[in-house]
Amino acid sequence: MSEYIEHDHNGISVGLVEKKFYTFAGPHDELVLASGARLGPITVAYETMGTLNGDKSNVILITHALSGDSHVAGYYSGDDPKPGWWDTMVGPGKGIDTDRYFVICSNVLGGCMGTTGPSSPNPVTGRPYGLDFPVVTIGDMVKVQKALLDHLGITQLLAVVGGSIGGMQVIEWVISYPQMVASAILMATTTRHSALAIAFNEIGRQAIMSDPHFNKGDYYSGPKPDLGLALARMVGHVTYLSDEAMRSKFGRRLQDRDNLAFDFEANFQVESYLRYQGSKFVQRFDANSFLYITKAADYFDVGLQHGHHSEVEAFSKVKAKILAISFTSDWLYPTYQSRDMVKAMKKNGLDVSFCEIEAKCGHDAFLLPNERQSTLINRFLNRVSEEEHDAL
Amino acid sequence: MRYDLHIIASWIEPGSKVLDLGCGEGELLSFLKREKRVKGTGIESSEAKVTKCIEKGVQVLQGDITEEVHDYPDNTFDYVILSQTLQQVLEPDTLIKELLRVGKKIIVSFPNFSYWSIRLQILFFGYAPKNRQLPYEWYNTPNIRIITIKDFRRFVRETGCEVIKEVDINTHSDDLQGNIIHFLPNLRATYGIFLVSRRNSTP
Repeated sequence: MSEYIEHDHNGISVGLVEKKFYTFAGPHDELVLASGARLGPITVAYETMGTLNGDKSNVILITHALSGDSHVAGYYSGDDPKPGWWDTMVGPGKGIDTDRYFVICSNVLGGCMGTTGPSSPNPVTGRPYGLDFPVVTIGDMVKVQKALLDHLGITQLLAVVGGSIGGMQVIEWVISYPQMVASAILMATTTRHSALAIAFNEIGRQAIMSDPHFNKGDYYSGPKPDLGLALARMVGHVTYLSDEAMRSKFGRRLQDRDNLAFDFEANFQVESYLRYQGSKFVQRFDANSFLYITKAADYFDVGLQHGHHSEVEAFSKVKAKILAISFTSDWLYPTYQSRDMVKAMKKNGLDVSFCEIEAKCGHDAFLLPNERQSTLINRFLNRVSEEEHDAL
Repeated sequence: MRYDLHIIASWIEPGSKVLDLGCGEGELLSFLKREKRVKGTGIESSEAKVTKCIEKGVQVLQGDITEEVHDYPDNTFDYVILSQTLQQVLEPDTLIKELLRVGKKIIVSFPNFSYWSIRLQILFFGYAPKNRQLPYEWYNTPNIRIITIKDFRRFVRETGCEVIKEVDINTHSDDLQGNIIHFLPNLRATYGIFLVSRRNSTP
C-alpha cells in the first residue's frame, strides 16, 4: 500500500486517537508460532475508535496491509499533519461508521510500528532481534490479534475488514475462528500469492539484503540499508499502480526540465516520483519488517494450510457472511484470484457477495477514496448488523 | 416490482433457497427476503446493478450467469429463476439443464415471439419485429433466441422435464400492471412464465 494518506475532503474525522499497547506471552508462556518457534514477550500496538456497546456486539476489526499500522484513522494530536491510513473510510458517517461501530486496528506481528518485530529487543541479548526474529505467518499475526481481543474481553466480531495482506488476515480469521466472526470484507486480496507476486517481493527482499549496510539484518546501531529498502519500495509501488494510472499520472513528462539531460538523474517525472516514495518510506519503515511481512504473505496458502491442498475444504467451516471486492486494474491480485476464492466459498454454500469495481488505479484502489466501495461496505455492514440483531 | 416478478414471487414457498440469474437491482430477491424469509442469491453482470443489490441487503455475485452457475453443488436451491433472460442466452439448452441440476425447480420467463402484433409486423411489413418488449433493431438486439410459448412447452417435454405451472401474461417489459391470458396465450400473451422440474425429481 502507498502514501495516499490525505485529509478527508469534507473535513470529517474520528478526531483524536491514542496508540495503546498490550503485552502478553511472558516467560514460560510464549506464543508457539507456525514454524514451531516460541516467541515472547509480545507487545501489540493498537488503536480503537467509536464506542463499544453494552453487549459488545458492534466490534469491527480492521487488519492492515504491508506498510500500514494501527493508526487507521484520526489524528494523534491537534497539529498532526496527517490522519491515519484509511481516514477516508473510517469515521463518523463514513463507510465504516464510528458512530455505530467500535473499530479496532492493531499493528501486525513482525511490524515496526509498535508491535513486536525484528527491530524489537530480543530478551535473550537485550539487542534488537534482527534476523534472529522467527519467520512469522499470517496465521501467527492473527493469533496475536486474537490475544489482543481476548485481553479486551471481546468474543464476537461483527466484521473483520482488510485489503491486500490485510485481506489475507481476514481470510485467516474466518477460517480459524468461525464462531467468532459474523462477517468479513475482503478487498483486493488473494488466497495465495501468484508466482508474479512472490517474484516482486523477492526482488524487494534482495534489494534490501544486498545493500552494503544490511549487515545480515544487524544494522540497528549503524547506518541502515536505506538504499535497498527504498529500491524495494519503488518496485512494490509500481506493482500497486497500473499502466493506465501511470500513463495518466506521469506519461513521459519530464521533471523540472524541458529537454532530456543525457545523464542518470531523474529525468522523467515517474523516476522522480519513485525516488521520492522510496526515500520517504525509509524514514518510517524497518527493512527487516519488510522482509518478514512479505515472507509471511508469500507463505500464505489457504488450501495448503487449512484444507489439505483444497480451498473448498479450507472454507468448509466458515460461518461468516462475506463481501469480496476486486478492482479491474489490479494486476498484483487480479480479479480472477478473487473469483477463485469466491468459487470455493460458493461450493460450501457460504453467504458471499462479490463485486468487481471499475478502477484505474491498480491494486491500491482499495485505499483510495471510492464512493462505490464506501457504499458497498457501509450497506453490507448495515445488513449484517440488522441480521445479527434479528437473530438474537 | 414488475408484474411478472409478482407472479414469480407468488410461486415461491416461504423460507426456501432461491437463485436469481440476471437479478438486476435485486427487486425480486429483496421482496422475497422481506416477505417470505427467502434465503436468496443473485447473479448479475453489471457492477452498478450489483452495487444496488448490496445496498438493498441482497446477497449477489457479479459475473456471467452461464459461468457462475457451474460452481454450485446439485440441488443447492429450491428455485432457480431466469426471468426475461433466456432469449439472450447463447446455449439455452445447456443452461436450462444446468439450472435443473443446481435447483430442484426452475422458473423461466421470456418474451413470446409469436404475440399477434409481432406476427402481423412480419406478415404485413416484412421487417424484423420491434415493439415495447423488443425495442431493438435486428443488428443490435441482445435477444438472440426467438422463443414462443409453444416452443418452450415442447422444449420442456423433449428434455424430459415437466411443467408444473404455466402463466401467460400480457404486460410490457417494465410494467407494474398486466393481466393473465387464458385463451390463446401463444397468440395473445407477451410473456410466458413457467415453473419446471425434472420429471423424476426427488423430493
